[in-house]
Amino acid sequence: MEMMRKERIDRGIKVRTEGIYAISAMKEILYLLGPRLLLIVGVLLLPFFLELAPYWKRVINIMFVYSLLALAFDFLANYVGLVCLGGAFFVGVGGYLSAIFNSYFHIPIYLSIPLATILGALFCTLTILPCLPLRGVYFAIVTLMYPLLATRVIEALNILGGTNGITGIASFPHEYIEQYAVIFVMLICLFGMRRFVNEDIGLVIRGVKDNDQAVRASGISVTYMKTLAVFIASLMCCFGGAYIAHLYMWAGLSLFALDFSIIPIASVVIGGGGTLVGAVIGSFILVPLSEFLRFFGTFRIVIYCVLLTAFIILKSEGIMVYLQRKYHQFERWVKV
Amino acid sequence: MEILIYGIINSVTLALISLGFTLVYSISRLPNFAHGALYITTGYITWLFLNKFEGFPYPFAIFIGIAITCIIGALIYRFILIRIRGMEISEIIATYAIGLAILEGLRWGGLRGMTFTLPVFYPGTIEIFGVSVDYQRIIIVIVGICTFILLYLFTHFNKIGLALRGIAQDERAAMMLGIDSDTTAIISLAIGSGLAGFAAILLLPLGNIIVEAGYNVLIFAIAVCVIGGLGSWGGTVLASFIIGFAQILTEAFLSTHYQMVVALLAIIITLLVKPSGIFGKQKELEERV
Repeated sequence: MEMMRKERIDRGIKVRTEGIYAISAMKEILYLLGPRLLLIVGVLLLPFFLELAPYWKRVINIMFVYSLLALAFDFLANYVGLVCLGGAFFVGVGGYLSAIFNSYFHIPIYLSIPLATILGALFCTLTILPCLPLRGVYFAIVTLMYPLLATRVIEALNILGGTNGITGIASFPHEYIEQYAVIFVMLICLFGMRRFVNEDIGLVIRGVKDNDQAVRASGISVTYMKTLAVFIASLMCCFGGAYIAHLYMWAGLSLFALDFSIIPIASVVIGGGGTLVGAVIGSFILVPLSEFLRFFGTFRIVIYCVLLTAFIILKSEGIMVYLQRKYHQFERWVKV
Repeated sequence: MEILIYGIINSVTLALISLGFTLVYSISRLPNFAHGALYITTGYITWLFLNKFEGFPYPFAIFIGIAITCIIGALIYRFILIRIRGMEISEIIATYAIGLAILEGLRWGGLRGMTFTLPVFYPGTIEIFGVSVDYQRIIIVIVGICTFILLYLFTHFNKIGLALRGIAQDERAAMMLGIDSDTTAIISLAIGSGLAGFAAILLLPLGNIIVEAGYNVLIFAIAVCVIGGLGSWGGTVLASFIIGFAQILTEAFLSTHYQMVVALLAIIITLLVKPSGIFGKQKELEERV
């Protein structure tokens, strides 16, 4: 019997679009721009389509926030090598800061969100700073503790509204502002991060993950690079937190909840780690799914976890890597 | 006096909780984030057997509970962790996800409220130096100390135990001597889960079986292990005494709210000062830059 084996070859158009020839013909330009435009236009048009189903608008907002969180997790885990199990800490800090600014100091919403984003990211970076020399399991363990610690401290000291949280936060002036604010931030972050990791500084940060001793030997401070990376990641997460606080007009202990840590991780694993787009795609799948599963209550988390484990052991490359391969390459059977 | 006695009880409790976690990590380098979930599972299974079947003997229910947990631990390794061994990120995420799935699944399955309790082994209290302590807590201390001794004997004078230590010390050399890495990992995970279950059986009669206890157990186990040095047994015992007494002291002088805060702060401080823990055996380079 003849032995056959499957062979994967790059599509011709993929090879042609790698260099300057990408602009030689409309077809090549479309090949490159197509998937990107599909995402951008699709996302921008989403609010209009949802005029048909107003209930889903809220879900979509939350979905974009989760995709920001997933982006941050993907960046930290797969480009810097810091597995952060406590993404909820960043969200909580951003949300609470924004609530404080808006509710206590009456700073208007268009200032309180950016302020909370930047100051929150600074605060998070400063608190995480002591743990940055750690790596692997150790970093994961410590970051797992942070949201719990924050919850306990707020409970114990009974500050910031205690278990009731802070109420009376201003909402967004218009529905479309509410939606496009998060959509634009998400798109900017996504394409910004994709560019960033290929810039010089991004290459150094990726070097930290692969071989930190080599980075150090090159005379670059590893801790500085990690600090920078954590700052960037927490910027995205703190914006998400501040946005959620204004969306719900309430900031409470649930901002430190497990959901904000586990769903982004699940999205990254499902979407495909290390692709950045995969993180976004993953949360586009998971968050609406979670809305469908609302009926099941806490059983939702079980479903995520099972999905997560299944993807880790069976399809660890994730959806995005799979799609990219199908897009760029074709397969055929050849004789051995 | 009260502080001393309850401090000792609390310390032994913590040591019991963290023994399983540290055993698994020291032998197979797997951070078992499902530890707390396995703890609650044992309690729940034992409760099931006691309450759903009339007249089921308590010791037998305990035995079944621990046995099932052992099997779950072994299955987790055999079917899930074996495929991602060595990929640190995946190991952490997978065990954490399994733990979450078990805990939230139990919560969904009806493990809510205050109705889930296990009976104490021997009711009543006794006066020790003027402090009244109930028998259950004394049993915990005695059995806990016996467990440490038994484990020590098992790992030093038994062929399987020696194989486990061999893998822990130098995996390659041990494999060259014919010790299978995966088999020992399965055994270690089974024993570690069994120890978590054992701790649950001893400790749960003091309170309710609630899902939140699973998270707390995981955090305390990690706290103790990190402070004592991941994978070091002597360090685990010492660290559980440090945290145990620190907690009792905060409870006596501040308030119970701060118990968890103390544990978490202790971790952060330890990691800053000496990340390998008090008796950490890992090389410095492995864990920090």
